[in-house]
Amino acid sequence: MATRTADPHTTGGKFTWRERLFTTLQKRGAIAVLILVVAVSALAFDNFLTAQNLQNIVLQGAFLGLIVVGMTFVIISGGIDLSVGSLLALGGVLAALTVPVFWPLALILPPLFCGLIGFGNGLLIAKAKMAPFIVTLAGLLGIRGLALAFAGERPIGIDGGSPFAWFGQGQIFGVAVPIIVVLVAFAVGGLVLARTSYGRVIFAIGGNEESARLMGLPVDRTKIIAYTTSGALAGLAGALLAARLSAGDPNGGLAWELDAISAVVVGGTLLTGGAGSISGSLAGVLLLSILQNLINQVGTLGSYAQQLVSGFFLIVVVVAQAYLTRRQRV
Amino acid sequence: MARGAAADKSFDVSTATSWVRGRGVYVAFVVLVIFNLIVTPNFASVVTLSTLLITVSPIILVSLGVALAIGTEGIDLSVGSVMALASAFLPLYLGYGWPVAVLVVLLVGALAGLVNGSLVAFVGVQPIIATLALLVGGRGLAQIFAGGQSLPITDPTVLWLGQGRLFGIPAPVILAAAAVLVVGFLVNRTTFGRYVVAVGGNRSASFLSGHPVRRTLLAVYVISALLAALAGIVATARLGASDPSNIGLLIELSAITAVVVGGTPLSGGRVKIMGTVMGALLIQLITNTFIANDLPFTWAQVLTAAIILVAVYLQKGRGTA
Repeated sequence: MATRTADPHTTGGKFTWRERLFTTLQKRGAIAVLILVVAVSALAFDNFLTAQNLQNIVLQGAFLGLIVVGMTFVIISGGIDLSVGSLLALGGVLAALTVPVFWPLALILPPLFCGLIGFGNGLLIAKAKMAPFIVTLAGLLGIRGLALAFAGERPIGIDGGSPFAWFGQGQIFGVAVPIIVVLVAFAVGGLVLARTSYGRVIFAIGGNEESARLMGLPVDRTKIIAYTTSGALAGLAGALLAARLSAGDPNGGLAWELDAISAVVVGGTLLTGGAGSISGSLAGVLLLSILQNLINQVGTLGSYAQQLVSGFFLIVVVVAQAYLTRRQRV
Repeated sequence: MARGAAADKSFDVSTATSWVRGRGVYVAFVVLVIFNLIVTPNFASVVTLSTLLITVSPIILVSLGVALAIGTEGIDLSVGSVMALASAFLPLYLGYGWPVAVLVVLLVGALAGLVNGSLVAFVGVQPIIATLALLVGGRGLAQIFAGGQSLPITDPTVLWLGQGRLFGIPAPVILAAAAVLVVGFLVNRTTFGRYVVAVGGNRSASFLSGHPVRRTLLAVYVISALLAALAGIVATARLGASDPSNIGLLIELSAITAVVVGGTPLSGGRVKIMGTVMGALLIQLITNTFIANDLPFTWAQVLTAAIILVAVYLQKGRGTA
């Protein structure tokens, strides 16, 4: 990826230490920043490094994290999925509607139905060759409408006594269930992306779709699977969030697609596709949740400040990325 | 519609299809108007028409800027937040008189556009991410400046911009029409318009031809933000109070929909001003039709989504983004 430069100060053929530093920073920057932020926060706030607070931070990011796993695949393939926030709402509504019927269905139906919608997105993008931005933008609007229509435009309560609530509120060995689910999702996602041929094809498509096609790689199928996974994970996140809040809210997940994209981009995945990592995305999600946690700890800052800080943070990261990737390509 | 034409053998199918492709938004609008004339009571009245035009005015203002950005193969997601910034700043400087307040608001808008434009043109950040940052951060900034509250507007001149009339025509409609004429002139009759289309068609080729690519991109985002600031003034004046948490919320989606349904491809290289205006009118008319007939509003969203998909599917022969 990084091309050799004709820098007169170096012997040709080797990467200079600066190039190596820049490349590492671009790829692993999020993790470095994450460690730095945790260290500074631990010094600045006494109750930052308590087990309870750390669990809160991770739990806050868990539902977004599920979405981010799917989004990472989609973005590395050179696409984008704007429909995930609405799919999360639809997943929550479907879960709340099915709990009274037969509660295990509330875990299966949302990912299945949302996965089916993701499959539809994938078909339109891969087979009908429509722009991912527009297809999933239509999804963002239409699916939100569906969620509102199904729910009768108000949140639907879930009986707290139902075993279903455990999947949002329960714990295994003191760790909240959604955290375990999202960690499994990140682990599986990371393995698939780095160690399987499917992951290789995703990178190939994002790098150059036409070349991938000419090499005989299954471009269409790979893209359709990516959007289907993204939809299914958003539906699952909606179901788990509904279990946690004991309600399926058709207005939930508003603008979450933007948070998910921010997390992925902050994590070092290029929006142009072809480069990125799941571990970076995990760091991106955690950074966003820590940011929110810190603003809550300071207490005097409102939710406005959080938006401002998130926006500013995003700018800093993308400007740094633009600078670093330009350095590599000189 | 295309299928109806295909069924009629005496018709030249490909000509009919391409005709509909180019003018799908007009056809859809006419169909919806006829539907309303038959179904909606009191549809053919001045009040209905003026309500439609007033509510669509801010969307048209914003859509024009987004159309320019999309024409350069970019996008501007920050328009809603720039409207919120305008709304927050407007009451703050009204004490110095309305010209100062309006000027400050437009300056804030231009500054927001400069930030977007610099990131896109000089730093090389992708437009979707550059403007996403302002979408997220801009509204927060607006709420901080407004102190998280809604301030009333009492200045009669400013209020006129949202509520007044000239020769019976509502002021927002006049402003929107003027903006359509100016931007339409810029796009179709000036070198700047040629540059916009050239940059969107092929940025490298445009650069190698010696076009001022960066300056053009910068100007496009500044114009877009200025139009959004103007839309923010109109919306605030219409409400009679600043409301940074709600003004312009999600309007970027309506604007992108209007632009794309109106026939401007996301891949850039083409800007359709009248198509954009019709696209904005179409989506507003869908909303109004559902409200007027007491239909569940949520299905209007589903219908809008379906219309976007059909419109883009019909256009896709002209290259994908």
